Amino acid sequence: MKKSKFDLAVGLFVAAGLLALVFLAMKVGNLTGLETSEGYRLEARFDNIGGLKVRAPVKSSGVAVGRVDSITLDSQTYEAKAILRIDQNYKFSKDTIASILTSGLLGEQYVSLEAGGDSVYLGQGDRIAKTQPAMIMEKLISQFLFNKASETTGTSK
Amino acid sequence: MPDVKPAQTHPDALIEIKDVHFAYDERPILRGLSLNVRKGEVLAVMGGSGSGKTTLLGLIGGRILPNKGKIMVDGQNVPKLDRSALYALRTRFGMLFQFGALFTDLSVYDNVAFPYREQTNLPESVIRDLVLLKLQAVGLRGAAGLMPSQLSGGMARRVALARAVALDPMLMLYDEPFTGLDPISTGIVGRLIRRLNDAFGLTSLVVTHDLDASLKIADRVIVLAEGKVYRDLTPEDVRTTSDAFVRQFADGLPDGPVPFHYPAPPLVDQLLGKSSAGEIAP
Amino acid sequence: MSSVIEMIEGLGRSVLSALARLGLAGRFFLAIMMVIGVPLRRFSLLVRELYFSGVRSILIIVVSGMFVGMVLAIQGYEVLQRFGSSETLGVLVALSLVRELGPVVTALLFAGRAGSAVTAEIGLMQATDQIAAMDMMAVNPIARIISPRFLASVVSMPLLACMFSAAGVFGAYLVGVKLIGIDDGSFWSQMQAGVDFRLDIVNGLIKSLVFGVAVGLIAVFEGYYAPPTAEGVSSATTRTVVTSSLAVLMLDFVLTVWMFRGLNG
Ligand SMILES: Nc1ncnc2c1ncn2[C@@H]1O[C@H](COP(=O)(O)OP(=O)(O)O)[C@@H](O)[C@H]1O
Ligand SMILES: [Mg+2]
Repeated sequence: MKKSKFDLAVGLFVAAGLLALVFLAMKVGNLTGLETSEGYRLEARFDNIGGLKVRAPVKSSGVAVGRVDSITLDSQTYEAKAILRIDQNYKFSKDTIASILTSGLLGEQYVSLEAGGDSVYLGQGDRIAKTQPAMIMEKLISQFLFNKASETTGTSK
Repeated sequence: MPDVKPAQTHPDALIEIKDVHFAYDERPILRGLSLNVRKGEVLAVMGGSGSGKTTLLGLIGGRILPNKGKIMVDGQNVPKLDRSALYALRTRFGMLFQFGALFTDLSVYDNVAFPYREQTNLPESVIRDLVLLKLQAVGLRGAAGLMPSQLSGGMARRVALARAVALDPMLMLYDEPFTGLDPISTGIVGRLIRRLNDAFGLTSLVVTHDLDASLKIADRVIVLAEGKVYRDLTPEDVRTTSDAFVRQFADGLPDGPVPFHYPAPPLVDQLLGKSSAGEIAP
Repeated sequence: MSSVIEMIEGLGRSVLSALARLGLAGRFFLAIMMVIGVPLRRFSLLVRELYFSGVRSILIIVVSGMFVGMVLAIQGYEVLQRFGSSETLGVLVALSLVRELGPVVTALLFAGRAGSAVTAEIGLMQATDQIAAMDMMAVNPIARIISPRFLASVVSMPLLACMFSAAGVFGAYLVGVKLIGIDDGSFWSQMQAGVDFRLDIVNGLIKSLVFGVAVGLIAVFEGYYAPPTAEGVSSATTRTVVTSSLAVLMLDFVLTVWMFRGLNG
């Protein structure tokens, strides 16, 4: 009689704990549709990845379609090689452009995919040919200053 | 002090202890103790507090190991047994601890049922009958539903006794079964010890410093002192002997061969600050 | 001169005795692991301890988690809104809870609430010869008394840590969304985008499992080896809380370095 009281309470305890775990996994974490085994991998090479990190989202038109799986440096070409894992529900044409963008002014960086018009789709292990590197603030500023300088020299001429 | 002759091997000895030495860290407690316990007897082991009585029970039960010596119980040398052999032997022991040592989270009923549930595969209905019989034997069948905290000292001791004899042991070990009991409870527990011993053909070792109670129930009395068996007597002898040590014990004299004072430098010296021994901060 | 030598001697002695105690704890742990199957086979032993350690800790864990989450939301919002990124509050709170505060604060509360009770109970059983009595009845007290309590701590800890984190996220939701008025959708979606199941949640679970082992072992060890006096049991109880807390914080550091190394590299 006392035993069954323990049993019931402990059963509820374990159930509540597991429920909390499911809540954390589904609602707080990203253990939803697109995960691990599902999806296919694409390769994209960038001159500069900026602040892009592993696990950063891959978006198309603002919709999350995958994640950055790994980032390595190709020691031959000195390009950054990013492996993107894409949800298998989404297909992208051969001439898709991958670029690294920033969400908000100081937000995290993500990979954006812009599909083209080609009728052939990218498959597992394919490489995205056209890429655009991350915007680096220092480069933008120096470019801006350089332009300004050449403008002034132009007018003084 | 005169020594008792070393114990001879007895064919009817259930316990044979030969030349056992035991020390806690550096402090020797037992120094060459030898003792035989015969099958079927109730043996009272007397001795002052700290004389090593509980230690002796621990050695017999294999809970502590001697530095030297042999402890044969029913033909097996206890210190040499591995865990499973020791546990097999212990299932044939019953031990009553000083204050009963009932499991405080179990009811009286569950305490007595504990050995059956752990050591046998009996169905619960059989266990129920056995538990009630054992409780009946100690007169506490009516207390089956109580928790240990609701029992008096004497009742707790009797429940513990029922639990200790649950598996019909061959040997009963009692550690100070009378301590803290009123005269009536002392009498009840004493009679139970004797009755159980005779009814079930047990052998009982009763460690105590209560001389009166043990004289009433024991077949034989031994006195521990200086880590040895100092005297081996019948209850008759105890009443009549003129031995100063036994008399001190029997008559409850404060000073005698067992000194009232713990060893110390002379009081005058210490008061006058002459002695450095036993430093006590002023 | 001689007092310096005495000091060094004293230090050496206490280091040696601490090491000896650590060795004793290691042997005790092995002895527990040898019989850890017993509470699994006799499930009712484990269930009873899960009740006393786990179920009885739910209230304090959930309430504490709620409050920690609410405070995190207020403090986090205060900082984030300076950078105009208050919608990332969800990520901040969730990561803090799942990675760190959930496992750590749960372990600290558990040590104080359940660990100390286990130490006191076992210490008292030892002082009243209940453990000796069981041993004399040929029932292994490590299997029957110690291992269920240890295992209950290991099982309870991750479950309680999940409850703590979940309650914390809920508390942050109440303060952040309902009170402060952060957008509901971005609160959750930012959180989901920023919290990884394997890297964050599973690692947090591993942490609390390790803490469960540490706190459980310390609690049963201190109780089992407590001097059989009132003073001995009470100081053992205190030691359980102090030692567990230190162990949890140190282990947390080690585990954090090991788990999240290179993540931001
Ligand atoms: N665990 C222990 N560690 C150190 N000394 C102990 C321990 N247990 C008992 N002693 C000491 O050993 C001596 C004998 O103890 P014990 O056998 O319990 O005596 P008795 O039961 O005759 O009163 C006592 O002086 C006691 O202080
Ligand atoms: Mg004693």
